[in-house]
Amino acid sequence: MQSTIQLAEVDEIIDRIGCEEKNIISILQGVQEHYRYLPAEVFPHIARRLGVGEARLFSVATFYENFSLEPKGKFVIKVCDGTACHVRQSPPILARLREELGLSESKKTTDDLMFTVETVSCLGACGLAPVITVNDHVHAEMTPDKASEILKQLKEGTAEC
Amino acid sequence: MLKDRQDLKQLREECVKSYNAYTRKILVCAGTGCVSSGSLNIYAKLRELIEAKGIHCAVELEEEPESNGVALKKSGCHGFCERGPLVRIEPEGWLYTKVKVDDCEEIVEKTIVNGEHIERLAFQKNGEIFKTQEEIPFYKKQTRVVLEHCGHIDSLSVREYLSQGGYSAFEKALFDMTPDEVIEEVSDSGLRGRGGGGFPAGRKWAQVKRQNAPQKYVVCNGDEGDPGAFMDRSIMEGDPHRMLEGMMIAGAACGATEGYIYVRAEYPLAVERLKTAIAQAKEIGLLGKNILNSGFDFELHINRGAGAFVCGEGSALTASIEGKRGMPRVKPPRTVEHGLFDSPTVLNNVETYANVPSIISRGAEWFKSIGVEKSPGTKAFAITGDIENTGLIEVPMGTTLREVIYDVGGGIRGGGKFKAVQIGGPSGGTLTEKDLDLPLDFDSVKKAGAMIGSGGLVVMNDKTCMVEVARFFMNFTQNESCGKCVPCREGTRRMLEILERIVAGNGEPGDIDLLLELAETISATALCGLGKSAASPVVSTIKNFRDEYEAHINEKRCPAGVCQKLKRIEIQPDKCKGCSKCSRGCPVGAISGVIKSPFVIDQSKCIKCGACVTTCPFHAIEVK
Repeated sequence: MQSTIQLAEVDEIIDRIGCEEKNIISILQGVQEHYRYLPAEVFPHIARRLGVGEARLFSVATFYENFSLEPKGKFVIKVCDGTACHVRQSPPILARLREELGLSESKKTTDDLMFTVETVSCLGACGLAPVITVNDHVHAEMTPDKASEILKQLKEGTAEC
Repeated sequence: MLKDRQDLKQLREECVKSYNAYTRKILVCAGTGCVSSGSLNIYAKLRELIEAKGIHCAVELEEEPESNGVALKKSGCHGFCERGPLVRIEPEGWLYTKVKVDDCEEIVEKTIVNGEHIERLAFQKNGEIFKTQEEIPFYKKQTRVVLEHCGHIDSLSVREYLSQGGYSAFEKALFDMTPDEVIEEVSDSGLRGRGGGGFPAGRKWAQVKRQNAPQKYVVCNGDEGDPGAFMDRSIMEGDPHRMLEGMMIAGAACGATEGYIYVRAEYPLAVERLKTAIAQAKEIGLLGKNILNSGFDFELHINRGAGAFVCGEGSALTASIEGKRGMPRVKPPRTVEHGLFDSPTVLNNVETYANVPSIISRGAEWFKSIGVEKSPGTKAFAITGDIENTGLIEVPMGTTLREVIYDVGGGIRGGGKFKAVQIGGPSGGTLTEKDLDLPLDFDSVKKAGAMIGSGGLVVMNDKTCMVEVARFFMNFTQNESCGKCVPCREGTRRMLEILERIVAGNGEPGDIDLLLELAETISATALCGLGKSAASPVVSTIKNFRDEYEAHINEKRCPAGVCQKLKRIEIQPDKCKGCSKCSRGCPVGAISGVIKSPFVIDQSKCIKCGACVTTCPFHAIEVK
């Protein structure tokens, strides 16, 4: 579906944000929002446009946790493992999601590119702990069973996001 | 577009008038917490029902208000997230908790049409009903300064902010005070940085002002990375203009014409609201060139973080805004001299800036009348964990831990026993029962071996294993170490390995001393604040709970019964009836025995899965 990267789309992102070296992070964020990851093909192009080395881009892309050089799933599920969620039992939720989707700490995305499961250190929604987010939509007071239910709805296409 | 001071005054008067036009106001909380519990649906439903009744529903401040109607607003976070979604009813000040879409009809019928209170939606405790928000124990002991508007006005409206006297401090700073007077006022107030260090804000501003440079910057640190802290998020979402005003005053005082706000990627709602607030301020002419014809230019930009805790450190944050890897550098030179784009930079956090407008408006003396001598003002805390009332609070500096946990927080969740509180996130430390009467201010907490930090308070009950907590924080810091300096990169890894070994039951004698030695070396030699304080949770838990470490290491026992590998599952021979149900259910065949006599678990085979505990009909199996 996204086998070919349209450089014109990338150009549009660069021009919208501003073709300046200080905007590297914003540009990469824009590209990632569009493709759900940073495809290898975009690097030489962005480097040329900004007049910097590709290594400069990779140094940023590999430093920040949010950037992914591998395709992410259609649904990105983030399980909060901040202190508040941790003490209110977030690890079993993560375990359940990984188990049901056949994922692990090293394998974060399903082969059909539908689901990515990752952890996040704190979403700041501690009052609702434990929480997970599905494509930035917060689901509060989770339990392993509620998480399974959400997965089921996502698979059937009946969930909100 | 406001051309001068007179225009601003006139607009403010109009806003006050339209704000007061409707006495009946319904405020639906639209903070992250309540939104995820469905508050926006409640807002939509209320609007639909009110309009269906033929009642005029004012969703924004109108230039020409109707003579009759109700105002319906989306407010910032009320702080009482545990009980959300929250709906506040004015003028009475009633607070409805855990409101559902199905309750909307009753709210419209009874409260809006007839002015009646709905008892079942009010907060109740021990049979007592609390009608108004101010009566609720959670709010009673609070003093709201930076959060004064959160929950009371529409967070997305510059007109509402103006109606509350918004931007009058900025106006005062621009026209009635010289930059030096502004800095002096902030210095006199004793305002200390709310981000962790507690460095006097006024001194920082004065240092930047003194620099001779063509370009200076104002930067706001909204990279609230400490897990369990969400004060800054609530301010950015609930009262974004207050923070912008603080930054604008800093810009005018220090001679900076550009500002950057760095917000965590995990706070999309805050980014969106700040963007809206900046656009609004620009539109009416409070940002841009020659603001209100004062000759002062100021622009604001937003940078979204990309998921690196270390970017909360000053020099890493400015590097990240410049589009580089967020790695700290050696200091000096400090940020006030060579900060963003190598220019002098005022760098404060969200809550610090949010305090500034009140200080300028009401004066340093007023500010000093709150809190304690060396730490004046209030502090916002996020209380989370095993506590009855999770949420966002603001109390005067110097309020004791006991008051925060028991009076405001409502005590330990489910009536459990208080064990410790982790304060200041992964850089902070633990406070225990003996510290309950400790006043929470910068210096007292530091003396007790912890730090206020950004203000996250994670409360833990007696079922928490402190060694596991130390491991959890070390794992976090180790993950977030940027890798630039050896002490942090290697030292935290070694400390984590030792802690993992201890919780797995492989601790060795001498491990505690080794941890303390590593901790000392890392804090003395690491490059930045993250590294210097990385070991604090370990040192602090060893200091307060050395016996737990010793039990793990010497007796291979976890006193709280948390550490999986140290659990011991045993059958109580006096309770066991010998029914064999457990042995049939054991996945590894670790249980054996003769029918009708007590069974035994072979500890060398047991994987501590706990299946037997749940299957035993006589509750004869215990986890120790």
